[in-house]
Amino acid sequence: MAAAAGVKVSSVVKDAAFAALLSFGLFLPLIGFDTVTNIRNELVLETRFKLLAIVIALVTAGSLVNSLAIAPWRARRALRGRKPASNLAGAVTRWFAPFAFGFVLIYPALVLGLGGIQGATKWIDNFGIQILIYVMLGFGLNIVVGLAGLLDLGYVAFYAVGAYSYALLAKTFGLSFFALLPLAGILAAFWGILLGFPVLRLRGDYLAIVTLAFGEIVRLILINWVPLTNGYAGISGVPRPTFFGIPFNASDEGFAAVFGLPFLPLYRTLFLYYLILVLVVLTAFVTTRLRRLPMGRAWEALREDEIACRSLGINTTTTKLTAFATGALFGGFAGSFFAARQGFISPESFTFMESATILAIVVLGGMGSQIGVAIAAVIMVGGTEILRDLDFLKSIFGQGFDPTQYRMLLFGSAMVLIMVWKPRGLVATREPSAFLKERKAIGRDLVKEGHG
Amino acid sequence: MSTPLLRVEHLTMRFGGLVAINDLTFTADTNAITALIGPNGAGKTTVFNCITGFYKPTQGRLALLHGDANAWHDLDLITARGARRHKRQAGVLFLLERMPDFLVAQQARVARTFQNIRLFPGLTVLENLLVAQHNTLNVASGYAALGVLGLGRYARAERAAIEKACGWLEATGLIDRADDPAGELPYGAQRRLEIARAMCTDPVLLCLDEPAAGLNPREKMELNELILALRDQHATSVLLIEHDMSVVMEISDHVIVLDYGTKIADGAPEAVRSDPKVIAAYLGVAEQEVERVQAEVAR
Repeated sequence: MAAAAGVKVSSVVKDAAFAALLSFGLFLPLIGFDTVTNIRNELVLETRFKLLAIVIALVTAGSLVNSLAIAPWRARRALRGRKPASNLAGAVTRWFAPFAFGFVLIYPALVLGLGGIQGATKWIDNFGIQILIYVMLGFGLNIVVGLAGLLDLGYVAFYAVGAYSYALLAKTFGLSFFALLPLAGILAAFWGILLGFPVLRLRGDYLAIVTLAFGEIVRLILINWVPLTNGYAGISGVPRPTFFGIPFNASDEGFAAVFGLPFLPLYRTLFLYYLILVLVVLTAFVTTRLRRLPMGRAWEALREDEIACRSLGINTTTTKLTAFATGALFGGFAGSFFAARQGFISPESFTFMESATILAIVVLGGMGSQIGVAIAAVIMVGGTEILRDLDFLKSIFGQGFDPTQYRMLLFGSAMVLIMVWKPRGLVATREPSAFLKERKAIGRDLVKEGHG
Repeated sequence: MSTPLLRVEHLTMRFGGLVAINDLTFTADTNAITALIGPNGAGKTTVFNCITGFYKPTQGRLALLHGDANAWHDLDLITARGARRHKRQAGVLFLLERMPDFLVAQQARVARTFQNIRLFPGLTVLENLLVAQHNTLNVASGYAALGVLGLGRYARAERAAIEKACGWLEATGLIDRADDPAGELPYGAQRRLEIARAMCTDPVLLCLDEPAAGLNPREKMELNELILALRDQHATSVLLIEHDMSVVMEISDHVIVLDYGTKIADGAPEAVRSDPKVIAAYLGVAEQEVERVQAEVAR
């Protein structure tokens, strides 16, 4: 057989046997035995050897398929060498961003047409707005981690500063959302610089640990400074954003009455959706512009080689601080939007898990790539939301199957698979910021990940 | 009569108990190529790191002049005053040991290359040269504030920067690779790119740390021509660390020899070549055998 040529039978059998043995050892305690409570409320041990046998058979078959079909195919492909990017792939990358933007623009109309007013509100709010907040956070962190190469594990601190700035200032002074949005961003940027100073000399793991601690410090302050932040109970009744002064409520001065429409909660949701969309576009625009300016180029140069930067007269101190401040600025914007949308904030929303999610979005997307970060945010946030509705799995695994228990397992496996398939992120090329004749994408294997 | 551009006086650098440079004094002249040679571990790169501000010397004075030689008269005055920069009509004096590394490059205009090449491998060749022009471009973009809004003269400044970069790419024969990532260039081309990048900062003094290492004979000849062109056509003085004598003896105007951190010879290439102490340092012979070795070398 041509396909099997070059495949040693003995090694195939050895691999399969090893896989079977390994899965037996692993799954015997996990699947082979089950504890069940019987009628007299006693715990009894039951065996499920049939299921165990099926699982082991599946693993062994998988090993055989891998060594007989997949491995030779990969070897042949490696022999042929890497294909140059085809015209189709080039067209996809060129037209993807405008197409995606158009889709996001008409998305509310689309779901309104498909799901009616009741269904659409959920889809716009839970998916649209939620995802766009994370896209914005991803863009902000992308500046620090992806461009400047500074690993920041405490990014959620700036999100929290933005949220609490808006909530406290709006409640205390009654200032409007649009007046407080820049202020919250500036306050967050100030905290970014405050974090930047002590960590200027730190690199790599040490920087990551200090930024992690910074995120925790901010959260603990929010919990313990009860007179200001109301501690764990959080701040409720945060003023909602208005349509340039016209509130979204059922009163006579409300949005619906002024425009002669029937009152619907949908209007506020739509307004919030387009508001965060504008903020995301602003972030993307500023970041794209900055990449082509000396400041952005200095960030990327800093990621590549800090000592070379200094030998060229670049002040690495201000370069790092501007990266932290710019990233924090967008985090602050997102935070104040979050507070205005929720109407309630508490330290619960700003745990380390949030930082980890945002960082995962940036890494999964391909560090430095904005389109990659946006796709990753859709996968990460939209994916976890979609996995809440897993009832269709009952039709496959039977009625006894509880899909919600498997949500994080499925999600984790999906993440592992994506990182195996695309180890440098979904968009694994870097766009040069300037070119002479031809804009050539740069492979990620040449681009450094940064170390400081 | 040549004017000194850089004066290194009583430079000493200690790392704990180790004396890397011991009371080194030399001058590098304007529009000249000064070579710093010596066996491995003699402290040559440490001298470079002190001049470019990467190390703070334990002792000594490193002074650099922009402009007229009359400004040297003020050297002792400004040293006593504690200034790091002194401007007079005649010229500007810089005390490099008092300046942080990035200001040595930005204000004193001392550029350098590295023994183990330090390019930005993930940026294109052109981007590498644009990063080198960071400071002029950053001012033109209003420290990014105007540039983000698309205001100001940034677009014109960037065009000028690309033009200048192209000039250096032509000079180093890299113009066809301008849009390729720097990390993909062959070794010799990376060495040339590093020189082009340093030249894009408009230096008055260019410090080259072993530029010929790893080059083949033809590339070495091209390198010699390039360095001579820097001196003759671009009025840049060069300070050179090099092991390859075909490069050093061919192009240097002045050679300084270091051994164990101490200067053992200083002068024209021909004089240094026949200096018995230099031969002893390189060949490692006993003092009494020097004359015999010298005779052999002469033959």
